[in-house]
Amino acid sequence: MSDTSLSHHQPLEVRFRGGGFAPRRHRWIGAAAFVILIAFLEWATQSGVITPLTLPKPSDVLATLVELWQSGMFVKHIVPSLTRLAVGASLGAIVGVGVGVLIGLFSLVRAGLVPLVAAIFPIPKIALLPLFVIWFGIDEGSKYALIAFGTFTPTVVATYGAVDNVDRSLIRMGQSFGLSWFSIVRKIVLPGAMPGVLSGLRISLAIAIILLVAAEMLGAQYGIGAYILEAGSLYDLERLFAGVVILSLLGVLTSTAIGMIERRVLAWRS
Amino acid sequence: MDIRLDAISHSYGETEVLRDISLEVGSGQIVCLVGPSGCGKSTLLRFLGGLERPEAGRVLQLGSPPEGCLNPLTYVFQDFALLPWRSVHGNISLVLEDHGIRGARADQIIGDVLARTKLSDFAGALPKQLSGGMKQRVAIARALAVKPAVMLMDEPLSALDSQTRELLMDDLIALWDRQPFTAVYVTHNLAEAVRLGHKIVVLSRRPGRIREIVEIEKPLTAREYADPDLEKVQKHLWNLMREEARAADEELLNV
Repeated sequence: MSDTSLSHHQPLEVRFRGGGFAPRRHRWIGAAAFVILIAFLEWATQSGVITPLTLPKPSDVLATLVELWQSGMFVKHIVPSLTRLAVGASLGAIVGVGVGVLIGLFSLVRAGLVPLVAAIFPIPKIALLPLFVIWFGIDEGSKYALIAFGTFTPTVVATYGAVDNVDRSLIRMGQSFGLSWFSIVRKIVLPGAMPGVLSGLRISLAIAIILLVAAEMLGAQYGIGAYILEAGSLYDLERLFAGVVILSLLGVLTSTAIGMIERRVLAWRS
Repeated sequence: MDIRLDAISHSYGETEVLRDISLEVGSGQIVCLVGPSGCGKSTLLRFLGGLERPEAGRVLQLGSPPEGCLNPLTYVFQDFALLPWRSVHGNISLVLEDHGIRGARADQIIGDVLARTKLSDFAGALPKQLSGGMKQRVAIARALAVKPAVMLMDEPLSALDSQTRELLMDDLIALWDRQPFTAVYVTHNLAEAVRLGHKIVVLSRRPGRIREIVEIEKPLTAREYADPDLEKVQKHLWNLMREEARAADEELLNV
């Protein structure tokens, strides 16, 4: 009784229980995480907590990278790698977007190709490399084919999903104004599918980098993959990690590039 | 150009939605379709513009559309249906491009319809920058750009708040007053129906049939917010619909 009369006189402030669950942008935390990890590894390898057999010193890896650059070998390795990535990935992405749009637009194509794509998707493309060597030759052809094939399937799946997700009411609107079929596809379906296609490309390009290394591990004289393979077989950890760092940077660069394209092309999104 | 519905019936599978609807829409008239939810009024509108085909009956155009008419039967949708990647100008030019109207000729038409909907300052804006009311005005401007013979309006104000709705009703009346247009206007809001309709068609619940056609003589421009004459009509409409609306609400959906 006295309790209730007390609460009458002393107002209780309502406890705040909202907030959270809303990602915010923290600019430097990402970089700081890298710096802290690397600083810790440097300290651990210097002091002997981690033996040189387990991990190389980050400073040695950096020195290796600098040396690689100064000797001119960096360009010699990166140019063929980038060429293979560009040719293979754009081949796979262009054909993939094309097939994906056809699947999205025509039920007959969908009925025929979706099971096929589903069957091809889970095959580790690396397993097919010997086959590609026979089909497309030991040289660049088989490497292009492997990367193209690997980027093709995820691009197809992302693209037809994106076409399916285009707002049907916009298509009805186009029809109600008497737009031609071709106009509806070009002006409504394709721009509407753009966000999905671009986020699919993000995944496809990451897969392309993985396959690039795999392709170069088999019969390539130059290339980041060949460089890593050679370092690995000599158990040269500094060079191995230098190669891995280059690959990571490549991944970050392609992701940033797509981010820039998205900001330009998809400025209309709220 | 008049438009006539001739004994339209339709069902989706087992569910009969419309039964024997015959109706004539004369030019220069706004005909409102009201009815409880699920009575098939939006379906009827899709038949009118050829977006869907009725199982029985026909939709007929009587006479030819006026000169310069690019798209005789033109919709205004509840969700606006603007392309988010095109500006206001681009959204209107979209429906002109297919008729080969580009450049200066397109700009002239777009300028005219934007002025009529009081949007001249917003030609470069993207839909995401606009309020709901402005988006619907863009959609109305787009419909006007093709010089329709009949405007088919599917709950055009239902996605807007009530103040915006009042403002847009005034805008629609002003537009009609300047240049009378023919429209079929589907709504569940009886206040909209009595403000804008020359003729109000009350549909029964599923399967939708015409229960009554109420004509309002009072000119559109003389009708006002909370007009006692209109309230009387609105009350009459509500009495017609009340029981059915309740029954429709309590019906199980088996779609």
